[in-house]
Amino acid sequence: MKVKNIPYYGASRIVRDISCDIRESDYIPAFIQGNEACVEAAIMANLGFYGGYPITPSSEIAEMFSRRLPQDGKVFIQMEDEIASIASCIGASIGGLKSMTATSGPGFSLMQENIGYAVMAEIPVVIVDVQRLGPSTGAASSPAQGDVMQARWGTHGDHPILVLAPGSVKESFEMTILAFNFAERLRTPVIILSDEVIGHMREKILIPPQEYVLIENRKQPTERPASYKPYSNDTDVPPMSVIGQGYRHHITGLLHDENGFPTSNKQEINRWYDRIYKKFDDNIKDLFMYDEYMVDDAEYLFISFGISSRMAIKAVDNARKEGIKAGAVKLLTLWPLDEEYIASVVAGKKLVVVPEMNRGQLVYDIQRISEGKVPVKHVGRTDGVMIDPNAILEAIK
Amino acid sequence: MKERTTPFIIDNLRGNKQFPTVWCPGCGNGVVLSSIVRAINKLGIDKNYVTLVSGIGCSGRLPAYVDVNTVHTTHGRALAYATGIKLAKPEMEVIVVMGDGDSLAIGGNHFIHTARRNIELTAIIINNRIYGMTGGQYSPATPTGSISTTSSYGNIDQPFDISKMAEVAGAGFVARSTVYHVAEVEKFIEKGIEKKGFSVIEVLSNCHTYYGRMNKIKGPVDLLNYFKDNTALNTTNIQGNEDKIQRGIFVDRDVRGFIEEYENVIVKARRQKKYSRT
Ligand SMILES: Cc1ncc(C[n+]2csc(CCOP(=O)(O)OP(=O)(O)O)c2C)c(N)n1
Ligand code: SF4
Repeated sequence: MKVKNIPYYGASRIVRDISCDIRESDYIPAFIQGNEACVEAAIMANLGFYGGYPITPSSEIAEMFSRRLPQDGKVFIQMEDEIASIASCIGASIGGLKSMTATSGPGFSLMQENIGYAVMAEIPVVIVDVQRLGPSTGAASSPAQGDVMQARWGTHGDHPILVLAPGSVKESFEMTILAFNFAERLRTPVIILSDEVIGHMREKILIPPQEYVLIENRKQPTERPASYKPYSNDTDVPPMSVIGQGYRHHITGLLHDENGFPTSNKQEINRWYDRIYKKFDDNIKDLFMYDEYMVDDAEYLFISFGISSRMAIKAVDNARKEGIKAGAVKLLTLWPLDEEYIASVVAGKKLVVVPEMNRGQLVYDIQRISEGKVPVKHVGRTDGVMIDPNAILEAIK
Repeated sequence: MKERTTPFIIDNLRGNKQFPTVWCPGCGNGVVLSSIVRAINKLGIDKNYVTLVSGIGCSGRLPAYVDVNTVHTTHGRALAYATGIKLAKPEMEVIVVMGDGDSLAIGGNHFIHTARRNIELTAIIINNRIYGMTGGQYSPATPTGSISTTSSYGNIDQPFDISKMAEVAGAGFVARSTVYHVAEVEKFIEKGIEKKGFSVIEVLSNCHTYYGRMNKIKGPVDLLNYFKDNTALNTTNIQGNEDKIQRGIFVDRDVRGFIEEYENVIVKARRQKKYSRT
């Protein structure tokens, strides 16, 4: 996906290329938390339904929606647990509303089975996981990046998934807009992997006016009900009807044929599987988003995401001061990885370091893609303290 | 007026669906299926404005045969999905079909909270007192002492009284019948759909394949006779039948439903938004 430079706003992935006069006064300056940015963006994306269950450090999202959504006639509901939350969101999406839920580790674990349902039935839904530290109850208000692999593989069975990772308040805003756009465009659940620091940190951002922002909606069928196939293999992403429009088709979590009815036919199953992977593969250049920092002449490369990418960039600055040619790549999309890009960016480097606030998760995929041609090291931390840029620098000395 | 069977089936069941059903011949699920279809028809609701939602189990396969909007969800979560559907499309009649394990074990929490909210849904619980789909293990509705594939020495748990639980949790309409009493089932479903808040219709059903076989009530007919002989309508023949399973409407009260209440929330929120702007 191309990054555009927009006057006043800066680098943007959500603002349209507009030729009309853009005025600074059109932007609303806001000094807000990452969680708040998420809420503002979701409302701009035309969120119709939020179903959630309180959990630190994500609760502000539910609290803000509970005030804001009814003001616009939209739905907020506090469900009895996170399983019900995600289920109600998928239900609302079947009913035609853009829907969202937010949680943290313990709740994210509870949501996994039904995230798989959204994959299987191809229902758009956005899930925010504001990561906290540790398995089980862990440490509720300490940051960590320990859910990287859970976001990828949390629900059972083979499946593709889209996971976006903001590293600032501005990115929280942009990734939320994009999460809805991708969910609608690909008929898929999208996970926003935030963390306690990003969620609670306040930064100044400029909120672009609604007209400047590209908002996508699901494609709807135009054919007659009799010829509509909700899971047609003729296209990567079949149009999705809304109940009540007259299509009256079946939706199930069982493997199904093009009409949505359960099947055990091996050809039909293979065709379904090929298609849901294809919609990610064909769009990888759009889905995979990253920023590069001084990589052109870099001999050492830091690949990171979220809050840790800020430490990686600081480490690059420190290295350059010492005359060491370091560069950084910030991944905004964690899954799927554009393996072609990763392979090309690590090629020829003396060393690649993957700083992440965990005991090693993303690093294993970077190692796999590097195929042993480049040494890849992990720098991690799991005590709720952010990674020290000097620790990243130490790793290359 | 008696409908002619063939056009009735063509109109209401899905022509492109494979019949016979996945169910064992004689399974009570079929009776519930036809009762739902007849109730919808009788009320004259446009098929486009009916959504049938189910969980997982033999009962979960029911919606796929009916020509309305149909959503087969995950085990235990049908009511949570249905809550989202109803809130997105309040004009839709959302009818939820669940098994006893589906609605009371894995979905027990959703069941009591959906009743507590009294949200405008109609829940039909097909209570065959066993886990059918997974091969006859005991459920929260299996009577004490019954044999199942996981209670070879007799079930030591006490069963839930579904209707009582729905009542204390806050449902606006609660009724119970059995697959032997077909006309009654149809009438209760009809009333349940018409009722504004959360309606629960418990239908005692036969799983002769597992419950019946293991508990010496062998065929579907024996189980139907069992329902005939061991239940009594609460309005007519209570005397002398106190120890029988009661059938009938237990709750029919006018409590405001969730969606009705939420409309008030919107009004309040809009008012506040207006003032906060000026
Ligand atoms: C999370 C989960 N756990 C277990 C199962 C396996 N399972 C499928 S159906 C079922 C029970 C079915 O019993 P009931 O709900 O009473 O419905 P019936 O088959 O009798 O209609 C179970 C345990 C599942 N599908 N999902
Ligand atoms: S196993 Fe029992 S509940 Fe399932 S279809 Fe057969 S008779 Fe019906």
